[in-house]
Amino acid sequence: MNWAVVIPLMTFFFIIFGAGFWSLRFVKKSNQFLHEYFLGSRELGGFVLAMTMIATYGSASSFIGGPGAAYTQGLGWVLLAMAQVATGYFVLMVLGKKFAIYARKYDAVTLIDFLRKRYGNSRTVVFISAASIIIFLFSAMVAQWVGGARLIESLTGLEYTTALFIFAVTVLIYVIIGGFRAVALTDMIQGIVMVFGTLIILIGTIVAGGGISAIITDLATENPNLISPFGHDGSLTPAYVSSFWILVGVGVLALPQVAVRAMSYKNARSMHRALIVGTCVVGFIMLGMHLIGVFARAVMPGIEVPDTVMPLITMEVLPPWLAGMVLAAPLAAIMSTVDSLLLIVSSAVVKDIYLNYIQPDAEEKQVRRMSFLVTSILGVAIFAAALSPPDLLIWMNLFAFGGLQSAFIWPIVMGLYWQGANKYGAVTAMVTGIITYACIHNFYPHMFGVHTVVFPVIFSFMTFVLASWLGKDKVMRSLKSA
Amino acid sequence: MSRDNHQNDPRFKIANREALIGVGLVLINFGWWYGFAYGLGSGPVEDYTYVFGFPAWFFYSCILGFIVMAVLVLIVVKGFFTYVSFEDNEPDNESEGGQE
Repeated sequence: MNWAVVIPLMTFFFIIFGAGFWSLRFVKKSNQFLHEYFLGSRELGGFVLAMTMIATYGSASSFIGGPGAAYTQGLGWVLLAMAQVATGYFVLMVLGKKFAIYARKYDAVTLIDFLRKRYGNSRTVVFISAASIIIFLFSAMVAQWVGGARLIESLTGLEYTTALFIFAVTVLIYVIIGGFRAVALTDMIQGIVMVFGTLIILIGTIVAGGGISAIITDLATENPNLISPFGHDGSLTPAYVSSFWILVGVGVLALPQVAVRAMSYKNARSMHRALIVGTCVVGFIMLGMHLIGVFARAVMPGIEVPDTVMPLITMEVLPPWLAGMVLAAPLAAIMSTVDSLLLIVSSAVVKDIYLNYIQPDAEEKQVRRMSFLVTSILGVAIFAAALSPPDLLIWMNLFAFGGLQSAFIWPIVMGLYWQGANKYGAVTAMVTGIITYACIHNFYPHMFGVHTVVFPVIFSFMTFVLASWLGKDKVMRSLKSA
Repeated sequence: MSRDNHQNDPRFKIANREALIGVGLVLINFGWWYGFAYGLGSGPVEDYTYVFGFPAWFFYSCILGFIVMAVLVLIVVKGFFTYVSFEDNEPDNESEGGQE
């Protein structure tokens, strides 16, 4: 085992544990368990908020898959990744104050709470949203756990099963005991690690490659397309690259794990600060990480498996002790994504299903026990699934985020900004979004050369407006008779 | 549903304006990004010019574009975003009020 790498990594794990136990104090003290456990009692300040949004959103794909794709595609992939700068400000500006005000008005703890109250307590809305959150995010988590375990495996030389076990136990302990506050705090630590990790690896890679000019010349000699915006084989068309603005830029506001953070800020000042910090940090991480992937090609040509580019280049350009420290960055990215997903799925089960429909008058103590229990069971189930992921899960994970965006973007945005939005529109839009996404994804990907997410979002919008308008009279009638 | 609430709350005017600013920023961001990337990068690679070692299209679109957006966000938030209270029981907190 490579101790120089392992010791810094273990230190990182212990710090994360510490944050979990510190948060346990708040969970124990709180007399509003649900608000504390699933929302950190709406006390997030600006810096923590910005970091937790970035860490949650920046997942295995930005730290492992993204740089790998950049290694293959060249600067064109960095261009594509830069669509994510928009998430830094767009999500918070659009959900912004209105979502926070509604969340408090409605006393909403989860995204589904908001949708339920906004759309007249519709059971169908709750059912479809909860089902899609549970199914999609469960499969997304399995993929992230596999990624986390593979990374630990490659760093320490442990067996896959052991690596998965270590990863799972760490994440589960701090999430189960500390809830949202622990997740936000560890996200902040992980976010800081991600920023410095990116900076150090980037500098190391540039130095190893003999400067930016030398690297770019190397790349152009190998294949001029690598430094063009069109990808190594010219396949990155402007239409395709631009359509990523929906998937990774503006559509991100519809991901439940991101949206719920817009309910958790302490006040407008935290939100303002988060906007500025968030934009700078997300842009820096995305630019840096993907550039590392491109530059790595000049330093270490011929890497066969793109997903291993990041760990390999780090071990190559940095001394082992430093590599151990900064390799915590991709691990941090994965952990900070799964911890939020875990909490979102658990809140969908406990708060949105159990408390709404099964046991509405459950006592505080019961809710507490139920939350710990559900989170633990979910953790064990994901662990089991990640041991050898079934094909179905892999298949679902492929469109988890796009599917969630197609389902939720209009019910959230129209619910906030259009008076005429009603439950008929919301239900139709969610169903249309999910079904068209699944169909296009399977039968006709890259329709008209754009990413699969584009058309479901358009169809979902049209059906939302149409169904809301058709259902208008029914809503008015039920309002009058009530 | 609480239709009256929707219209009367003065905070929503501010919130709506800020959301529109967000949409505006994305459009500016997209235009800048797209314009420089495909405006400067579409020609043959041999004719590229370079800035700090990067191809010019990449430098202006991705690096300078990011810096420009960060500065714009800073200006917009400091200059045009208004402090409002999120709680219902203290609708207007004037002492904390004003622009951030």
